[in-house]
Amino acid sequence: MFINILFYILSGAGITLSVIAIALPVGLVLGVLLSLVRVYGGKLFSGLAAVYSTIMRGIPHVVLLFILFFVLAGTINLSPLLAGAVSLAIISSGYQLEIFRGAIQSIGGGQMMAARALGMTKLKAIRYIILPQALRVAIPSWSNEVASIIKDSSLVYALGVPEILRRAQFMSASTYQPFIAYGIAAVLYFIMTFLAGRLLDKLETKTKIPCLQLEK
Amino acid sequence: MTKPIIEVKNLKKVYGGREILKNIALTVNEGDTVVIIGPSGTGKSTFLRCLNLLTYPDSGEIWLDGKLINAPGVNQDEVRQHYGMVFQDFLLFNHLTALGNVMIGLTKVKGLNQETAKEKAMKELRHVGMQDHIDQYPGQLSGGQKQRVAIARALAMDPRVILFDEPTSALDPELIGEVLGVMKKLALEGMTMVCVTHEMGFAREVADRIVFMEGGVVVEEGNPNEMFYHPKVQRTKEFLWKITELYASSEKK
Repeated sequence: MFINILFYILSGAGITLSVIAIALPVGLVLGVLLSLVRVYGGKLFSGLAAVYSTIMRGIPHVVLLFILFFVLAGTINLSPLLAGAVSLAIISSGYQLEIFRGAIQSIGGGQMMAARALGMTKLKAIRYIILPQALRVAIPSWSNEVASIIKDSSLVYALGVPEILRRAQFMSASTYQPFIAYGIAAVLYFIMTFLAGRLLDKLETKTKIPCLQLEK
Repeated sequence: MTKPIIEVKNLKKVYGGREILKNIALTVNEGDTVVIIGPSGTGKSTFLRCLNLLTYPDSGEIWLDGKLINAPGVNQDEVRQHYGMVFQDFLLFNHLTALGNVMIGLTKVKGLNQETAKEKAMKELRHVGMQDHIDQYPGQLSGGQKQRVAIARALAMDPRVILFDEPTSALDPELIGEVLGVMKKLALEGMTMVCVTHEMGFAREVADRIVFMEGGVVVEEGNPNEMFYHPKVQRTKEFLWKITELYASSEKK
C-alpha cells in the first residue's frame, strides 16, 4: 500500500522538477534584468519596475497564477505545465528583482565610478564589475527565493498539472490514507529544498571573495 | 615641455542651486605636476571629476590635446581612456586580484588578449613595487598597497594625464610614504599629473604649480616657491600656514 502510494506520487516528481527547472532560470534572468532597469533605468523605467515588483509581491500567488495562466494559455496556447511554470517565473521575478536590487546597491557607486573612469561603458561596467560582485552578495537571499519557488511549484496542481501535490491529493482521496499521501509529498518537497539550500551554500563558499569582510 | 595637454576655460558646475565651480580656468602642460589645494567643500574633487567628465560641467570648455571634450557628440567613454584616476578610497574592484584589477581595463576596454594584457599589467605592478602581491585580493592588501595597485591600474591604460583625488587621505600615516614615493617617481619620469592633496611636502618638492581653490574659484596659483614664500593673497598665506603646521608632524617621517 505504502509502496504503491509512494511510486504513484514519485512519478509526479519529474513534472515538479520540470516546473522548477523552467520557473527558476526564467525568473532569475527576468529578476536580474529588471533589477538593472530598477537601479540604472532612469526615473521612468525604474518607476515602472518598482510598480511591477509591488504588484507581483502584493497579490496572493494562487490568484496571480490563475490570472497569468488564463492570459498565457489564452493568448499563446501553452500547455498547463508550461503556462504554470512561466507564470511562477513571472511572480518570482518580482521578488528576485528586489533581491538583486539590494545586492547591486550594496556594491556602492564607487565601483561603478572606478570602472567608468577606466573608460568602460555603463554596460561593460555592469557586466564585468557590478554583476560579478552583486551576484555573489545575492546568493544567501536568493537561496531563500529558490526554496520558495520549489514550494510554490505545488501551486500548479490547481491548474490540473499532475505533479507531486496533485498526485498526493488523488492518492489521499482514493486510498483514504491522507497522512501517508501528504506525508510523502511533504518529504519530497523537503528533500528538494534541503538539497538546493546545501548546493547554494557550497556555491557561496566557493565564490567567496577572500578577506572581503576584513577589509580596513 | 610647454605644450598644454589640458585647457579649462570658464568652467561652471551647479549642484542643487549651489554653484560649486564658478568660472574656473586652468592650463596643464605636458609633464607638469599640478597640485590643487584648498579647504574641503570648495569643489576640488568636483573639478577633478569634470576633467574626465565623470561629472558633466554645466558650462565652459575643457580641451584635451586640442580637442574640446565637453561638446555634444563626443564619446565620453573614449575620452576617459586618456585619463587615469586614483581615488581617496582606492576603489579597487573587490572581486579581482591585484593583477586582475590592472588587467581588466586592458582586456575589456582596450581589447588586448590575456597574454599581452598580463605582460603589460605585470610591468606596471613592478613599476609601483607590487610584483610580489599580484594574486592577492584587495581585502588582503594594506591601504598603501591598494593605492599602489590603483596607480598601476591607471598607468596600465597609458593615460595622457593621471588625476589624483586625495590619494593619501584615507591612509595610516605610516603608509602615506610608499604612495607618495610612487607619485614622486611618476612625476620625475614626466607623467602629467593633477593632484588634489594636502601633502605639503609633496607639493613643495614635486609640484610645478600649486593652485589654491576656495569657494569654487581659483584664488591664486603659482610655483611652490611663490606660493609658499611670496603669496600675493592674504588668504593663501593663512591657508598654507595652517596646513603646513598641521601636516608638519607627518612630514618629518
